[in-house]
Amino acid sequence: MKGCAPWDAEAAARIIEEHRGRQGAALPILRALQECFGYVDKAAVPMIADALNVSKAEIHGIITFYHDFRAAPVDGDVLKLCRAESCQAMGCEDLVAHLAAEHRIVADQHSPGATLRVETVYCLGNCALSPAALLNGDPVGRLNRSRIDSIVHDASGGA
Amino acid sequence: MSVRIYVPGDSAALSVGAEQVASAIAREARQRSLDIQLTRNGSRGLFWLEPLVEVETAQGRLAYGPIEPGDVVSLFDAGFVSGGAHPKAFGRIENIPYLANQQRMIFARCGVTDPLSIEDYRWHGGLKGLARALEIGPRPTIEEVLASGLRGRGGAGFPTGIKWRTVAGVEADQKYIVCNADEGDSGTFADRMLMEGDPFTLIEGMTIAALAVGATKGFVYIRSEYPHAFRMFEAAIEKARKAAVLGPRILGSNHAFDIEARLGAGAYICGEETSLLESLEGRRGQVRAKPPLPAIQGLFGKPTVINNVLSFASTPWILQHGGKAYAEYGMGRSRGTQPFQLAGNVRYGGLVELALGATIRRLVEDFGGGTKSGRKLRAVQVGGPLGSYFPDSLLDTPLDYEAMLAAKGMLGHGGIVVFDDSVDLARQARFAFEFCAKESCGKCTPCRIGSTRGVETVDKIIAGVNHGANLELLRDLCAVLTDGSLCALGGLTPMPVISALDNFSEDFALRAAPIAAE
Ligand SMILES: Cc1cc2nc3c(=O)[nH]c(=O)nc-3n(C[C@H](O)[C@H](O)[C@H](O)COP(=O)(O)O)c2cc1C
Ligand code: SF4
Ligand code: FES
Repeated sequence: MKGCAPWDAEAAARIIEEHRGRQGAALPILRALQECFGYVDKAAVPMIADALNVSKAEIHGIITFYHDFRAAPVDGDVLKLCRAESCQAMGCEDLVAHLAAEHRIVADQHSPGATLRVETVYCLGNCALSPAALLNGDPVGRLNRSRIDSIVHDASGGA
Repeated sequence: MSVRIYVPGDSAALSVGAEQVASAIAREARQRSLDIQLTRNGSRGLFWLEPLVEVETAQGRLAYGPIEPGDVVSLFDAGFVSGGAHPKAFGRIENIPYLANQQRMIFARCGVTDPLSIEDYRWHGGLKGLARALEIGPRPTIEEVLASGLRGRGGAGFPTGIKWRTVAGVEADQKYIVCNADEGDSGTFADRMLMEGDPFTLIEGMTIAALAVGATKGFVYIRSEYPHAFRMFEAAIEKARKAAVLGPRILGSNHAFDIEARLGAGAYICGEETSLLESLEGRRGQVRAKPPLPAIQGLFGKPTVINNVLSFASTPWILQHGGKAYAEYGMGRSRGTQPFQLAGNVRYGGLVELALGATIRRLVEDFGGGTKSGRKLRAVQVGGPLGSYFPDSLLDTPLDYEAMLAAKGMLGHGGIVVFDDSVDLARQARFAFEFCAKESCGKCTPCRIGSTRGVETVDKIIAGVNHGANLELLRDLCAVLTDGSLCALGGLTPMPVISALDNFSEDFALRAAPIAAE
């Protein structure tokens, strides 16, 4: 995602050190790593396991259990599009189809060359203004095709 | 004299441009050399009016909405700072029927105050419940909560006072208060609104619980889909510490309590209380078998009160006004108020706090004004993704725990999602299984595997493959899930499915010529 640092083992070690003393430290560490690098590099797994004195399998299991943690960096913008019931009632599936048909962006898939990644989420607590999404963490509501078009347009640098 | 103007900082308001409206107002005021004080309040929950701008005048707080940045110049031209007429003027906010017809207790301050001002909070009655809890002590505090009849607002409806009494009765060197702010149910947003719009109410409620059971540390587990609520809540904790509402000497007493906010990582199941505790302890969010109850052995093996945001947030009112006063609201065994959340294809979506027992129809028609598309209303899903789909003929069902159960549904966290006649209930049933398959924690076979089988079976029914046999199989599968699941994700996924089958059987009828074999 925009604004993330490239993977750096030393910086990662500092992050792990900063959080290791907290109760139930695994999630705060993983969150902080992803916050910094945009994903959790697999090189971090043995480092965390070591710091928390648990097996690598355990850390790997945690990373794969939660939907948030990414295994690879994303470049470009990330649109987390809600596809739960309230947004369904307001046409989110039409937006998904529109993204695929008009912009060749398929939700939850790597679309070569795309500067926008669309990820499915279920409810953003913005259901009175459905369809809703988070664009790079910022809320967007009352989505429609034309707003989707401008999000795609802006993601490609407005070119 | 400076004019006070309010533009919500609530993330739903931000999602439709509140930030741009706020900057436009600040800019325009500067240009006109008008002295204004801009407050970023929470949302009133009238989302159909967001971004909703309020201005404090001699006539009271006047509402203008929905305001786009492009409207701002015309607002100033119309003299809105002194209540000037404008096509988007709604008059006194309290007189808007949508708000006037509610019974706001938990949400009394949300949208009224500056969410991060302790002074504002006190001025509007905040901290009185906590002060009373300190004064009367743990046992009478629990008595008040018991007398209120408050039941958990996270979905299961377990009496809050009984939970607290259990934790209070266990001897331990450490006890915890955990707030479930995972709010995973689609169609719900009350927890989020409160954490953003009146976070001190939650802090006060958790502190009351801590005093009542003898806990010194609390955690709030906030879902990662709520980054803004997380930041707001962290800021509120900081303010509360500075004001000695949290810390080593709560309100100057000898009691200590502190709260830490934790962010989830995207897993619906982490809203289930034992899964949430696992997650807080730093593991995969797999559901634990009960017993032991969290009240006896909860977080890190210690006695733990775990409640929903709204359950905690109800207790300051209860302590301030007394459990008996609270119990005067509601019907049957469902006492007090519930912040209902009106969403989906509805004209006036928003937060509607009412005494339990209001009918679905009152919410959807009187408050909601019918569908947003203007088409015929066809289905209403109540209680999140595991809740039932109701047809028009069942909309007079009262929203109370027992009545909903009798109608083969559940209240859940109070979410109400409206669908017009373009909805296909077979697809909704398919989605229920798909969601269960994606979010299953993997512990029980019926939930893990059966949900995927459910998706396939609905697909076959839609395609007309072995239609009759697959319809039967679908019901069998639902029975297996209901009986063979450890928690309500697997156990209640059949609820939306069966309600769709029973109430909207036409959507499962043969569509094409029958296909005999696979
Ligand atoms: C699959 C599943 C998801 C749940 N999600 C939530 C949730 O997001 N928020 C919540 O407060 N309770 C949720 N619950 C209910 C909790 O397990 C628990 O009953 C609740 O936190 C207790 O608090 P309360 O008594 O105040 O409602 C969920 C339960 C299940 C089975
Ligand atoms: S029913 Fe599903 S989510 Fe619940 S414990 Fe079993 S596998 Fe996990
Ligand atoms: S269902 Fe889409 S934001 Fe809640």
